[in-house]
Amino acid sequence: MSELDLTKLIFGRLTLESIPYHEPILIITFAMVAVGGLALLGFITYKKAWGYLWHEWFTSIDHKKIGIMYIVLAIIMLLRGFADAIMMRIQQAWAVGDAAGYLPPDHYDQIFTAHGVIMIFFVAMPMITGIMNYVVPLQIGARDVAFPFLNNFSFWMTTSGAVLVMMSLFVGEFAKTGWLAYPPVSGIIKSPGVGVDYYIWALQIAGVGTLLSGVNLLVTIVKMRAPGMSLMRMPVFSWTALCTNVLIVAAFPVLTAVLAMLALDRYLGTAFFTSDLGGNVMMYINLIWIWGHPEVYILILPAFGVFSEIVSTFSRKRLFGYASMVYATVVITVLSYMVWLHHFFTMGSGPTVNSFFGITTMIISIPTGAKVFNWLFTMYRGRIEMEVPMLWTLGFIITFVIGGMTGVLLAVPPADFVLHNSLFLVAHFHNVIIGGVLFGMFAGITYWYPKAFGYKLDPFWGKMSFWFWTIGFYFAFMPLYVLGLMGVTRRMNHFDDPSVQIWFIIAAFGAFLIAIGIASFLIQLVVSYRRRDELRDETGDPWHGRTLEWSTSSPPPYYNFAFTPRVHDMDAWWQMKEHGYKRPEEGFLPIHMPKNTGAGIILAGIATVLGFALIWHMWLLVGVSFLALLAVTIGHTFNYDRDYHIPADEVAETEANRTRMLANHV
Amino acid sequence: MSETTHDTLAGNAERGEPLQFHETTEHHPETGTLLGFWIYLMSDCLIFASLFATYGVLGRSYADGPTGMELFDLPLVAMNTSLLLLSSITYGFAMLKMQANQLRGTMVWLAITGLLGAGFLGLELYEFNHLIHEGAGPWRSGFLSAFFGLVGTHGLHVLFGIVWLVTLLFQLKKHGLIPENQRRLFCLSMFWHFLDVVWIGVFTFVYLMGVLP
Repeated sequence: MSELDLTKLIFGRLTLESIPYHEPILIITFAMVAVGGLALLGFITYKKAWGYLWHEWFTSIDHKKIGIMYIVLAIIMLLRGFADAIMMRIQQAWAVGDAAGYLPPDHYDQIFTAHGVIMIFFVAMPMITGIMNYVVPLQIGARDVAFPFLNNFSFWMTTSGAVLVMMSLFVGEFAKTGWLAYPPVSGIIKSPGVGVDYYIWALQIAGVGTLLSGVNLLVTIVKMRAPGMSLMRMPVFSWTALCTNVLIVAAFPVLTAVLAMLALDRYLGTAFFTSDLGGNVMMYINLIWIWGHPEVYILILPAFGVFSEIVSTFSRKRLFGYASMVYATVVITVLSYMVWLHHFFTMGSGPTVNSFFGITTMIISIPTGAKVFNWLFTMYRGRIEMEVPMLWTLGFIITFVIGGMTGVLLAVPPADFVLHNSLFLVAHFHNVIIGGVLFGMFAGITYWYPKAFGYKLDPFWGKMSFWFWTIGFYFAFMPLYVLGLMGVTRRMNHFDDPSVQIWFIIAAFGAFLIAIGIASFLIQLVVSYRRRDELRDETGDPWHGRTLEWSTSSPPPYYNFAFTPRVHDMDAWWQMKEHGYKRPEEGFLPIHMPKNTGAGIILAGIATVLGFALIWHMWLLVGVSFLALLAVTIGHTFNYDRDYHIPADEVAETEANRTRMLANHV
Repeated sequence: MSETTHDTLAGNAERGEPLQFHETTEHHPETGTLLGFWIYLMSDCLIFASLFATYGVLGRSYADGPTGMELFDLPLVAMNTSLLLLSSITYGFAMLKMQANQLRGTMVWLAITGLLGAGFLGLELYEFNHLIHEGAGPWRSGFLSAFFGLVGTHGLHVLFGIVWLVTLLFQLKKHGLIPENQRRLFCLSMFWHFLDVVWIGVFTFVYLMGVLP
């Protein structure tokens, strides 16, 4: 008996049966991941690259490297999230009438939950955080973010959450509840397994990272702008980053609180969101959408910022209506807190409440529309260059406007009563998230890639990626609008009515086009690397940019600016070029910089263990890892020796190299 | 203000003086720690806001279980409240000593603050224990879940504050009142007073209003 208890204390509810070895799909996936992973680890060991990775990347507190690591994480998770998507598309195109398809409901439910969670939390979020991390300090003329160590820690906490989600694929199961895990189905009675616990702890751990990176970038933008850069001279991307981080700081705590309460319901048997004992299910749904609606603006605002930079650069014009762009961003930020109830008009809060939220929702389309006109007027009479980032921007404007219009349609409560939970809704939010956020991130990656790596991305494969993504998107999601209007509800793994099948087949075809789009993007990375000498950017300003990040070399030195820039106008770099600005070539001073530290990755590693132990009820390990987390945190605070000076000679040498490179170019 | 700077600079340019596009001396951006910590506190405040809202919704869902009127022991809570409010004052004294650059005085007042905080926690644990033994644990009803959720989260914050305070005592002993430690004292000060403010909300909204019929 006591032996049994000991096993339980150590392993909790983890047994050999938790490994899904009877599911052939998962075993094959696991084999592929294992072989691929071992090959990667072997390659790194063979190249003796561990020391390099550890010293130059994992422990780096350089905002540029952390930004790149975020984007790498996002791209890896995009592949996982997309694999889920295409599995769903195949299942729905196949399982009609007598055919059962290949995914039983139990598995299918995990897939659509994982798809949503991964795409929002571990693709879109790291992608925007990565781009903000990379670009914002450079745009505002700063040498790093306000809290460089926290930045590294935030990244690893996000990664820790992603690792837990990936683990659920092979150890146990993931939630079968949909991406927001509504109770009572996410409660302990309906979901006794570990799936919802994986969901809760992955998001809680990643949430710590998101919140801290929000605080960090917010303080960076408020406190560390170059002298002379008043708020109304700040580049629009930095403005959207500012608003996004305000939203992160003001929204994520609500998610933390609501998930903590759900966890208490599951672990301690409390009655927050239960159907009996006075719990209130709708409280959960209200709270999670008070986080959830700002979240969609957290994702889209930086994308708007990216498009603003790109439109202005490639039209060779100052952005049309800069001030209105800023005000529109701020208005969207504020309004995004006043619309959450439109996600559940069917709750039954009555016509007055529903009308209020319907109207506020429609009002949001006004500042958004203003932005669209600003982009169009920026292009009007501009010298437009159809580079790949500009293609993504045009694709975005058209696609996003369609998504916006279906959104306004859904904002009308009586229409929503009909379309609620239908594929029309699914089509709408994919329309704005793919057409807005994802296109924005691809545009941003293509635009800033030469800054980060010193060579441009190959345009041919960039165009392939753009066209396959765009056309694939229309094939994949326009049929879902039709199906939604036919009354087909979401999250079904089988359909009785054969007349819907043709639409699902078209949608699956679209998903395959998107797969080619993703493949083209990856090929683009490889091809560009191999052609890097032809695509090299020696000037640091390959697109004739307007903002300060283009005033540094590509890639920028780790201190970003040898001398802090002084700003006199918006489009600071453009003005510098117009005034024939000469780079200083002597008189360099030592530069004060923070030191690398391994504390971030170690803490996040322990947090992963803690999360895993909590999920499986391994109480002994919970105690040990919690104490370890506390001890390492306190230990880290005893380290007072956190910064150093780069000697002036080293700065002079780096800058002399740049001078030589610029001379070669001319 | 920026407008005027702009005009002067433009004026300079017109007079043929070239614009200066970079700083020639070392540029020190303002340190953002206090602002950052303040923003973190505001986000923490939103966690409490969510818990307060939940209490607002569930606070009268007794599920045939005990009510606040039957459970709450106001004299105990009054004592508890005084301990915490007093600890805010003593923290204030610690900060005054810090500004007078008196290490010993700072540490003594900090220690007193910590003891008062521990006293508060002790009474809270006694109350929780008592409630659970009376069959009024957090699993009894929506009201009690919301009560334990809100008050417990505040208690966990106080516990965390005490751990931080003890750590800081060691660091003060080791390095004295160096700027880093002063900054940390400031942050903990904000944290401590913040918890006090939240407690005033808890005291009023949960206990005082909870005993009303």
